[in-house]
Amino acid sequence: MGLLSFGDTGWGDELFLATLMTIAVSIAAMAIGFIFALIFTPLKLSKNKSLNVIGNCYTTIIRGVPELLVIYLLFFGGTGAAMYVASIFGYDGYIEINAFITGALAIGIISGAYSTEVFRGAILSIDKGQFEASKVLGIKKNIQFYKIILPQMLRLSIPNLSNVWQITLKDTSLISVTGLVEIMRQSYIAAGSTRDPLFFYSVAAVLYLMLTFLSMKLINKLEIKYSKGY
Amino acid sequence: MISIFPSLLSGAVITLQLLVSSMFFGLIIGLIFAILRINKNPIINKFAYGYSYFFRGTPLLVQLYLIYYGLANIELLRNSFFWVIIKEPYWCAIIAFSLNTGAYTSEILRSAFQTIKKGYIEAAQSLGVTKKITFYRIQLPIAIKQSLPAYGNEIILMLKGTSLASVITIMDLMGEARKVNVLTFKPFEAFITAGIIYLFITFIIHNIIKYLEKKYGFQT
Repeated sequence: MGLLSFGDTGWGDELFLATLMTIAVSIAAMAIGFIFALIFTPLKLSKNKSLNVIGNCYTTIIRGVPELLVIYLLFFGGTGAAMYVASIFGYDGYIEINAFITGALAIGIISGAYSTEVFRGAILSIDKGQFEASKVLGIKKNIQFYKIILPQMLRLSIPNLSNVWQITLKDTSLISVTGLVEIMRQSYIAAGSTRDPLFFYSVAAVLYLMLTFLSMKLINKLEIKYSKGY
Repeated sequence: MISIFPSLLSGAVITLQLLVSSMFFGLIIGLIFAILRINKNPIINKFAYGYSYFFRGTPLLVQLYLIYYGLANIELLRNSFFWVIIKEPYWCAIIAFSLNTGAYTSEILRSAFQTIKKGYIEAAQSLGVTKKITFYRIQLPIAIKQSLPAYGNEIILMLKGTSLASVITIMDLMGEARKVNVLTFKPFEAFITAGIIYLFITFIIHNIIKYLEKKYGFQT
């Protein structure tokens, strides 16, 4: 257990910080995913054919290609694209995009595709009568969405969003290939310098299990809280 | 774009090989663990639950690293006959993927077993069909039919999972795309072409499963 002590001799504090980094990236990715989902869910549900196609393309493509591909595309392509845009504005220096931002964005795009499907399913399962009733009462469209549809949609999507969260949490391990020091990268470094990969990857596995277990407990509590009265 | 196509296609062949072999072993593992999960003995039951909990709760990358880097650390394994298998990244990848997909498959099959109507089993019992034949001729076929849609999703998830093999030096589709990117400094061409090939494979798998569902699908 000496390997896991805090301070200069052990890897305990490094792994602790790495765990916090994993949590931070996951939360950032989930939040970015929500933004994508809130943009693309209306497109998928829209009656307009071309908007529909855009929404379907996003979810189909992202869910059909490997996560690693999205990460590499953003990581290698993002730098080039940013430098190209900067060169138009007359800046020719080297730009390096922060690994945290690229990683959170890449995982966010992926989790957004799953969240879109979840939201779509939730809205479709809301009783049609609710829409009609609010229309009859003369409630405006955007108030209808914010006050009536959105709260119900969020409540209905909690169980499925918990799955999306688990997927997102596990996907963040892939960002380690870009050099962001989260659990996986830190274990890789520790395993390399102590020559004990078995131990450190087991620790990484336990850390991930702890994170998934704890978040499960938390989400269950949320679910009970928000389904009060139903 | 055309010049990088042959190398990407050769990578796609490796990807498909990895997919087919891990789905094959994964199905066997999944079936065994699904049967263990519905066993009434609490120890066997808990063991199977622990297996699926571990492999579904940790990232595939951790599992891959544990097997590729971790197992080589054990002296006993290094001196044994298993070393022939474990020293090859290709086999390590297949072991990791099979164990991973096995865990998910066991959950899919378990829920299919549990949703089989009690009436079928009772009817078989009252007709004097033995337990063994009830399992092989009634429970198993129904479970397989019912789990087809979920299993199709699992195949596609595993196809995406095989891309991780590229981080342990296997030149699958992802590995080839990375090589093209490094050699040509054209990330968009390399990764987007690879993405199109992945989408194409996904599309084919999706349609095969749809066809099978239509043909053998279970209507209740």
